[in-house]
Amino acid sequence: MVKAVDGVSLAIKRGQWLGLVGESGCGKTTLAKTVVRLLRPTGGHIYFDIPDEVKAEIEQLESLGKNSGKLTSLLKENDLGIFLGARVRSFRRRAQLVHQDPFTSLDPRMKIKDTVAEPLRIHRVLSGEASKTAVKELLGTVGLSAGQMERYPHQFSGGQRQRIAIARALATKPEFIVFDEPTSALDVSVQAQILNLLKDLKKEFGLTYLYITHELLIAESVCDYIAVMYLGKVVEMGRPEEIFHTPRHPYSQSLVAATPVPDPKRRVGRIVLRGEVPSPANPPPGCTFHPRCSRASKECRELEPPLEPVSNDHFVACFHPL
Amino acid sequence: MKDLVRIRDLSVRFYTYEGVVHAIDDLDLEIRQGETLGIVGETGSGKSMTALAILRLIPYPGKIESGSIVFVDRDRRGELELLTLSEDRMRAIRGNQISMVFQEPGAALNPVFTIGDQISEVYLLHQRQELGYRAKQRVDSLLSDGSGFAASARRPFWRWQSRLYNKIAEGPHALEPRLLSRIPLFKRLLWRLKDEASLLTVDMLKDVEIPDPARVAAQYPHQLSGGMKQRAVIAMALACSPKLLIADEPTTSLDVTIQAQMLELFRRIKVDSGASVLFITHNLGVAAEICDRVAVMYAGRLCEVATIEEMFLHPSHPYTKALLDAVPMPGKELQTIPGALADALNPPPGCRFHPRCPSALSMCQQDKAKLKEIGKDHIVACHLF
Repeated sequence: MVKAVDGVSLAIKRGQWLGLVGESGCGKTTLAKTVVRLLRPTGGHIYFDIPDEVKAEIEQLESLGKNSGKLTSLLKENDLGIFLGARVRSFRRRAQLVHQDPFTSLDPRMKIKDTVAEPLRIHRVLSGEASKTAVKELLGTVGLSAGQMERYPHQFSGGQRQRIAIARALATKPEFIVFDEPTSALDVSVQAQILNLLKDLKKEFGLTYLYITHELLIAESVCDYIAVMYLGKVVEMGRPEEIFHTPRHPYSQSLVAATPVPDPKRRVGRIVLRGEVPSPANPPPGCTFHPRCSRASKECRELEPPLEPVSNDHFVACFHPL
Repeated sequence: MKDLVRIRDLSVRFYTYEGVVHAIDDLDLEIRQGETLGIVGETGSGKSMTALAILRLIPYPGKIESGSIVFVDRDRRGELELLTLSEDRMRAIRGNQISMVFQEPGAALNPVFTIGDQISEVYLLHQRQELGYRAKQRVDSLLSDGSGFAASARRPFWRWQSRLYNKIAEGPHALEPRLLSRIPLFKRLLWRLKDEASLLTVDMLKDVEIPDPARVAAQYPHQLSGGMKQRAVIAMALACSPKLLIADEPTTSLDVTIQAQMLELFRRIKVDSGASVLFITHNLGVAAEICDRVAVMYAGRLCEVATIEEMFLHPSHPYTKALLDAVPMPGKELQTIPGALADALNPPPGCRFHPRCPSALSMCQQDKAKLKEIGKDHIVACHLF
């Protein structure tokens, strides 16, 4: 059994741009897929746009530890993790996912207009002439011309394809979009174009983003809030400048130090993390980072550190924070 | 510093159905002894093609159209013109004096051979004489140390082996070992060469900081992680202590912390072996970490060459400036480059960057700019200078 994501608690506020940073195999993509319910969580709850008092009630009932009928019915109403069928579909209309690789996420045999119109068709939002105008409009929003809608994906460059994927995600007018490394397959200059497009779209439509990336520099420059993941767990959460300049978890610190910054003067004094990420099928006991950590103590080897606040809006899961 | 490789007027073209792609256009570049030269550019800028052209490995339908690549081999024959060498001579240079580390370590390794076998192959191909010498010494020590009945019974065989390996050590043309190595069963009499090669392999793996090298040498590529595979590929490239190590995006498929380890390793290799490194990357941060000089390429042409400090402090070519502004940095607004990459089939006339250039002049549309030296070690191809 692989615990790809293990006991992660995250809250994304409306209008926030949350960055999720971590290395390969740390469970970022699994988390993204679970959030939009492409995967079903084995445990835990996902709440999407529910009133605070309902959430408080659920938490209160849960803390009692009893399996009351009220709790079950409340969860059935509100927990996205156990939704089925039509309810998941109606949720997906409000939450969309943009995949990592624009070369594989578009159907090569579908014209662009069909690709972008597909969500409209599936969710029965618009059809016929109305959907055609909507597609034109969507392509305009992401910076493509309406003349290109009769083409096939192979006729576009990587950056353009990612724009198409974004247009498709925007089709159902979602409130929440999950981006799974949308720029990792793109060149630097194209990456900047896409990131600026995302910024504009967020402002225009009042969107909420969950942005997954392995590049700390991108997260730092565009996100409002960053969560750092390691081996299926969130080890640190905080505002970008805090994570980047005063990281408190040793892993975040080495991640920051390992990130190459385009500045030849910053070459000195880097901490190179020894070893590699352990297999998630057989994670080390206690704090999963302890085999690579310079500050590890006996406690770290035995107990799992909880995610605790160190200052306002800054959470760290470490017994010996920096 | 003296030049190790001099590239002059290099042009590489691909003859495709849609038309002729000018992958590299009149490239002038030199790699100096003991330096790390970075080539930075976006997709289709011709950076990988430059590396492949040096090794003469341009894939079909590409062709090296014109130009010269001179490799300065100070130990042996002086200057070698790589583009006119025979294929046999070129094979003797590839992996021996010039070697390459590819982007995807998983694809660079053969899945059906162990890591040890694949690295030993390099020694067996390029360092046969050295291996013969080592094998002879081992047999000689057996001859002098051995005592007792078993040893004296084997002694004639050992004497014959010592002579055999001596012949291998003296040169590649001796008849006896050549015959033996071609006959399937007798080939095994040369097993000591393989033994010596695998000993060297384990040493090499230790050198690239692989823990438990003997065990890793016996493993297959799929049993290793990405970082370990890349280390093994680097070990393979370094096996014959090359004069020039070409690294084509060696860290792109790795995680940041592993990437940092790799960069550390490359830095150490350069100091230890004194080899020159040609480091191809699209990541300006990585270039800033490791390179001494950087060359920026755009659509098959060279834009700017400068020392790393100069490049980041005083970028001169508009493309270099735009590229630097497009990199996300803490506390900086992202700038984009308007337009899209130049079409490789129908590149714009004149300077290939002019349709996207904020400071394009009218002459940029017709004439391509020549390389001009605007400072010490700073060359720019732009009409603004």
